[in-house]
Amino acid sequence: MANAKSTAKTAVSGIFEYAPAPESRSVVDLKASYGLFIGGEFVEGSGGAFKSVNPATEEVLAEVAMADKSDVDRAVAAARKAYDEVWSKMPGAERAKYIFRIARIIQERARELAVLESLDNGKPIRESRDVDVPLAAAHFFYYAGWADKLGYANLGPDPRPLGVAGQVIPWNFPLLMLAWKVAPALACGNTVVLKPAETTPLTALLFAEICQQADLPPGVVNILTGAGATGAAVVAHAGVDKVAFTGSTEVGRMIAKQVAGTSKKVTLELGGKAANLVFEDAPLEQAVEGIVDGIFFNQGHVCCAGSRLLVQESVAEEVVDRLRERMKTLRVGDPLDKNTDIGAINSAEQLARIQTLTEAGEAEGATRWSAPCELPERGFFFAPTIFTGVSQAHRIAREEIFGPVLSVLTFRTPAEAVEKANNTAYGLSAGVWTDKGSRILWMAQRMRAGVVWANTFNRFDPTSPFGGYKESGYGREGGRHGLEAYLDV
Amino acid sequence: MSETKKKAEKAAKPAKAAKDAAAPAEQTAPEAVATQEAAVQEAATQEAAVQEAAVQEAVAEPAAPAAARSSVRKTYKLYIGGAFPRSESGRSYAVAASTGEFIANAAQASRKDARDAVRAARSAQSGWAKATAYNRGQILYRIAEMLEERRDQFARQIADVEGIELGAAYAQVDAAVDRWVWYAGWSDKLAQVLGAANPVAGPYWNISSPEPTGVVALLAPAAPTLLGLTSVIAPAIVGGNAVVAVAPGAAAVPAVTLGEVMATSDLPGGVVNILTGDTAELAPWLASHLDVNALDLAGVPTGTPLARDLEIAAAENLKRVVRPAAGYDWSADPGLSRIKPFLETKTVWHPIGI
Amino acid sequence: MTAQLALDDAGLRRLLHGLPPVDQVGADARAARLGTRSIKTTAKAAALDLAVRMVDLTTLEGADTPGKVRALCAKGVHPEPGLPDCPSVAAICVYGDMVGTAKAALAGSGVKVAAVATAFPSGRAPLAVKLADTAAAVEAGADEIDMVIDRGAFLAGRYAAVAEEIAAVKAACSSGGHDAHLKVILETGELATYDNVKRASWLAMLAGADFIKTSTGKVSPAATLPVTLLMLEAVRDFRAQTGRQVGVKPAGGIRTAKDAIKYLVTVNETAGPDWLDPDWFRFGASSLLNDLLLQRRKLATGVYSGPDYVTVD
Repeated sequence: MANAKSTAKTAVSGIFEYAPAPESRSVVDLKASYGLFIGGEFVEGSGGAFKSVNPATEEVLAEVAMADKSDVDRAVAAARKAYDEVWSKMPGAERAKYIFRIARIIQERARELAVLESLDNGKPIRESRDVDVPLAAAHFFYYAGWADKLGYANLGPDPRPLGVAGQVIPWNFPLLMLAWKVAPALACGNTVVLKPAETTPLTALLFAEICQQADLPPGVVNILTGAGATGAAVVAHAGVDKVAFTGSTEVGRMIAKQVAGTSKKVTLELGGKAANLVFEDAPLEQAVEGIVDGIFFNQGHVCCAGSRLLVQESVAEEVVDRLRERMKTLRVGDPLDKNTDIGAINSAEQLARIQTLTEAGEAEGATRWSAPCELPERGFFFAPTIFTGVSQAHRIAREEIFGPVLSVLTFRTPAEAVEKANNTAYGLSAGVWTDKGSRILWMAQRMRAGVVWANTFNRFDPTSPFGGYKESGYGREGGRHGLEAYLDV
Repeated sequence: MSETKKKAEKAAKPAKAAKDAAAPAEQTAPEAVATQEAAVQEAATQEAAVQEAAVQEAVAEPAAPAAARSSVRKTYKLYIGGAFPRSESGRSYAVAASTGEFIANAAQASRKDARDAVRAARSAQSGWAKATAYNRGQILYRIAEMLEERRDQFARQIADVEGIELGAAYAQVDAAVDRWVWYAGWSDKLAQVLGAANPVAGPYWNISSPEPTGVVALLAPAAPTLLGLTSVIAPAIVGGNAVVAVAPGAAAVPAVTLGEVMATSDLPGGVVNILTGDTAELAPWLASHLDVNALDLAGVPTGTPLARDLEIAAAENLKRVVRPAAGYDWSADPGLSRIKPFLETKTVWHPIGI
Repeated sequence: MTAQLALDDAGLRRLLHGLPPVDQVGADARAARLGTRSIKTTAKAAALDLAVRMVDLTTLEGADTPGKVRALCAKGVHPEPGLPDCPSVAAICVYGDMVGTAKAALAGSGVKVAAVATAFPSGRAPLAVKLADTAAAVEAGADEIDMVIDRGAFLAGRYAAVAEEIAAVKAACSSGGHDAHLKVILETGELATYDNVKRASWLAMLAGADFIKTSTGKVSPAATLPVTLLMLEAVRDFRAQTGRQVGVKPAGGIRTAKDAIKYLVTVNETAGPDWLDPDWFRFGASSLLNDLLLQRRKLATGVYSGPDYVTVD
């Protein structure tokens, strides 16, 4: 029994194949078509319709209204009316109770929201169930409690809201990004016109139902589905006092230019190319886990993804070897299977972008390795991939890929680690892995990034401020700091 | 019927008003209520006599409609360690309405009950402090939900024991619910408002954070009953403390019902303990208890020898003391005034270097 | 690698403390994530059968009698009387003085006899006593010896003494023509930190352990998923570095089939399928077996079962 065996590894399949463990779709009541949510009701849009597709199967999930300029006018007017007549006059303690109700209903309908999110976005049900939906509820809980305590936020004795907030959110965490935007806006006394992403409107529309269940006064929250033009119209609207945008740096730049010269306040949460720094004294097993979490969580569709692994040269080979072994146990496939680790890429367009940049990586001479896995025949899927032999001069080290692709670079000293980590126009997040407390703090002090994770990665909490330096945007979401964006201070 | 004779022998007591809408049956004149020092047997016999009398009255009621139903009346016990034990002393006292009619026998807590309550609080405190702030906030919000659900019950109790109009009683319940919601929302914000990152003159990271002081003894005011008790308990526990609260006299009735609300709100047993009875009897034992970290004297009249003596006793182990304030308006915004006294501040240093 | 044993305390400390550290929060999170795997239908059936075959059915009570041990052996050989498709357990685990009784009761069944030894569970006795304890069990026919390390010595940094004891017990397992396999119990609950668990694992393997085992089951906490995860990582890395495969046995506190399946998932995704075999992974348990049987019944019949339908022993 105790004889030495060969070190040849059998394939992971074999003795213990996990049988399919699908989460049931029946908890979701999908309608054939959806209208816009304006003034507390679902109404027909004026700009035609478009389809929302399940990226794992390419089936059409529902038809969704395309809001045009007249719809935007209606929504902003409804938001203004609700602000002037109801919401801005309501005491904070009463606003708080509406927001608490919303938090509770999100918890009550958690399974429904999680399944719908996975269907529409492509992310694994385990993540939407364990991360997206609970965090969304938590955001509403946290900000509900601020509504009657704004005087304690260190922003003045009686800070006032801004008015109507126009909010445009991305497709990577549809419900969670909605929560990040709507919760603080409402807590501070603003009303909202929110445009969910084109490819992921469905949980926002379910959220509209939740607002109705909570008896939220009509017009406080308005949801306009549509594409880029709808978002642009919301941002540009003269009746919008505050603009909040999460998405690409490219669009963020356009928005900043558009609001120039106006009195609109704006916060932007944009792209990133975060460095995940692993020192030779790091807890290696947990660091490998953190690397995996950093770039493969949510299929790498994360603005703060640890898309550059910067590993100290003395342990680089060992770390990358362990990383490859770990990647072999990642399960790519049906998002609704409870054992899936990596779901579908959100759209054909995004898949094409990932493929383009990955090809560039190979063309520029980096070494590509992908985990051996069978990709489903239909749907948009991409195998988790790492590139070694990458340098700062490679496109894949500079441009945001927004997919499950990791670029691996090395460094020799802490100072060099700092230099390489900061050598980017982005500045959203960074990871530092080392056993030494003083080094964690020294590195954190020097990272030009709004979020530094030490010996962990991709940790989010409603109490913890999140946002970027440099071209990753400005403003913070979460925490006491997150109130500032929605107050006239 | 021997029970009727027995009843006649004991001091005649008026029937307790039925819990539901049935008209109260008042056969005998109201009598002054006195604290009992009866042995267990006496108290039990008396309880039985009262219940028996109620049955008699209901049956003998001449003006009641034909199908009068007897109510099942609640026994009011203490709330300790998440359970509802009787006082180990076996004593009780009658709670009467301001009009004099009998409402219930409340348990009269003894020093041993206080001792047990402190033990229960200490046992529960570290787990409560280790719960996430989010979790504590959720539980306080749940208490508000449960309280809201029992709005009618509490309003009637408050109106009865405080002798106020039903409308004012409802207003007090609403204020209490809203106050639980207010404090629930503080749980995950205290560290941000009371803590700080301190810019020391050296390569050190330095952070100050609030932490709970431990076990807090609270002497709740006699009135307003529910709002006063809420206003001393909620701020003490939101930051992670466990408490022993004394609800005096007639306040016992809504206090024990509040205990029931807490017992159904996922609040871990022992985080809140409620002793009903006589503040002057219990307070010295809590004030001198060396395993109690802080003391709120809200229920003790200002400027009295008792207030001073309690503070002297508390000084033995340097308890943090909140003094009573004359004419305090319990409906006013409390701010952080009852949270901060029960929080410590911890400051941690760590070098910054490669 | 045996050259390492010539190292003194300071040398061993540099070696063991030079292993990459463990971040406790990260290790707990990884274990929790593995625990969310959903094992259903065919995979569940395979897992349940495998788990039964991995059980070291255990009785370690002062009140153990030959009658009790015989009854346990009968249960271990035929867990489901009348249902021949249910496999036998891996071994029966008893105190050294019950080995003879167990051996006789298990004759011809293929189920092994494991004996605890070395002043189990405390390990507080002179080395000579511990070796005599071991030798007696081996002489009586034990196939496997579950020894305890000297935790006092470990926590005091006397690593050389810990290693020497293990090597001596291993030698006693092989003396007189016997070839008993040695499981080394680390008593992870007393080691307290994950770094200590990792170091103790490596020390035991360097000293010759055939299996590393979490706990005696007499101290709380006994086996936990994160601790077992760490030990699986250690045996995986040890084999990669030395070519020698060592087994892992979590013991104590694993009561439900659901928990057992989490452990199997952890083996599968950490050390790998080579360890998914009773030769390399065991559960030290007593009440776990009945829950495995109940779950087997539910899978087979489609309805929930109850304690009346499994045997007491």
